[in-house]
Amino acid sequence: MTSGTYDTGTYDTGTYVTGTYDMAVVGAGPAGLAAAITAAAAGRAVALVDAGPRPGGQYFRHRAADPGRRPRLDGVTYLPGHRVWQVEPGFVVHALAGTGGTAGTGGAGGADERPVEIRAAMLVLAPGAYDRSLPFPGWDLPGVLTAGAAQALVKGSGVAAGARTVVAGTGPFLLPVATELAATGSTVAGVFEANRPYGFAAALARQPARLAEGARYTAALGRARIPYLMGRAVVAAHGDGAHGDGAVTAVTVARLDDDWHPVGGTERTIECDSVAVGYGFTPQLELPLQLGCATEVAADGNLVVVVDAAQRTSVPGVYAAGEVTGIGGAQLAMVEGELAAHAAHAALGHGAPLASKRVRGLLARRRRLRDFAAALRAAYAVRPGWTSWLRDDTLICRCEEVPYARLAAAVGLGATEPRAVKLLSRAGMGWCQGRVCGYPTAMITAAATGRPPGAAELRSLARRPIAQPIRLGDLAGGADPADPAGFASGELRKRGRV
Amino acid sequence: MSPASEKGERAIERADFEITFDGRPVGVTAGQTVGAALVAAGIRSWRRTRMTGRPRGLFCGIGVCFDCLITVNDRPGLRACLVEARQGDVVRSDDPHRDGAGP
Repeated sequence: MTSGTYDTGTYDTGTYVTGTYDMAVVGAGPAGLAAAITAAAAGRAVALVDAGPRPGGQYFRHRAADPGRRPRLDGVTYLPGHRVWQVEPGFVVHALAGTGGTAGTGGAGGADERPVEIRAAMLVLAPGAYDRSLPFPGWDLPGVLTAGAAQALVKGSGVAAGARTVVAGTGPFLLPVATELAATGSTVAGVFEANRPYGFAAALARQPARLAEGARYTAALGRARIPYLMGRAVVAAHGDGAHGDGAVTAVTVARLDDDWHPVGGTERTIECDSVAVGYGFTPQLELPLQLGCATEVAADGNLVVVVDAAQRTSVPGVYAAGEVTGIGGAQLAMVEGELAAHAAHAALGHGAPLASKRVRGLLARRRRLRDFAAALRAAYAVRPGWTSWLRDDTLICRCEEVPYARLAAAVGLGATEPRAVKLLSRAGMGWCQGRVCGYPTAMITAAATGRPPGAAELRSLARRPIAQPIRLGDLAGGADPADPAGFASGELRKRGRV
Repeated sequence: MSPASEKGERAIERADFEITFDGRPVGVTAGQTVGAALVAAGIRSWRRTRMTGRPRGLFCGIGVCFDCLITVNDRPGLRACLVEARQGDVVRSDDPHRDGAGP
């Protein structure tokens, strides 16, 4: 296949520079895998660049000891352990390559990372999403995790977050989190769904596969005797700071009105040693924003990449697929990834003609899945009353330890835009660069001003010129000269044969 | 015996290999991240915040939030949720005041 031809790169002042691929796909989750496999099957030279040690992203996460479940990547130059921190027009994908899944810190960032530039004519961005969090008193206690973290522990490492877990938030993702926690040995004290998604039944009825999936989860919850309660939320977590390790020991669950204000007198305390909480997902927008791809605010309040029918972004040669175009789940992501690859293949020219029947089928599937995703977003939206769970001392920014009172003070000083609130309060200026507190900061600002955040405001919070933490030396281009020959002697080539 | 150390002993019995956390042995099943191995051993926090000294451990679990920073084999500022544990790793809780801490 073509991959062997294209990884005969060279060193340029310590940076490994690849030959030019037809396509670089960033992200090896459902969308990126579908794109890369499709492009390779069409005969294109494709590099699949991913920070993780194994293909699959968050959805197809599996354990190192479970290679039988890995997707086949015939003809794809697969580059695991490559943290992409910048993409230049043209396209040059700048990554730091760790030692991958075989030896250790894959994607974690370490001194053994080496700079790599992957050159490609076309770019498919499939960076995925991460959990959207809403702060509440005690959400930073050890033992309180995102729902995705609980799932990653189970799927990636076979570990339950605790012995007795409370699952809370909104969205259907809470169901597999609860059932898999139970299957991994945790008692699940309850699933507390903040919404009352009754209207969702109609949309579900039009999706037999999803309906069956929902029925399976409901049955699994029943078998594990896990209570599933709607219109309720974890509004506070409590720890035992005086004794033990200061981790969570209990939560307060309250019934919510339709706007998510707690109903007085309905609070009850539930003992637990772990909490898995998630309020939907936030798309990873660093790379599309770096390239100048147009974005817009979706109905769920997320900033998303605008794509046309062919998954093209506003930047020529850049395609986007999966959660970055709007949260829609793995099935939709795979359809979008395949469509993006077909479109990029056609745009490159001189290739095998498109299988038009296949593409028509994909377009029809995408329409159905997007309709379903829209119904999901409406049923499981975040309602504004959650800000009434906050106390003055509730941290909004976990990194810079900025309490709610300081954001409220910034608004009091006249800040009417999230970016001004950020600059005055330091919320979002720590290690995570506002990835966790960006959405709550925008919502808190909106609650104070009575005006929802616009796309420009959300862009100002989501723009990160450097998508991954990197060493200053790499930024300056003076790469770590340590043992470049070891890398040149075929490590990349070897990985291309996955 | 604390619940954490009971859990730790059970984990070591099942383990493929061991690492150490602040000098004590922690069992690891091959392929687990450092963070997962610590959680399985009942260890939930390994860092204190810079300003108010709050305990922190895993939160996002996928490398986004930087709450779970930890020192592995003298390399500080690694994300425990991403680093795959290797036999004999010497893992230490992170001291935010030490030079070089941070990602």
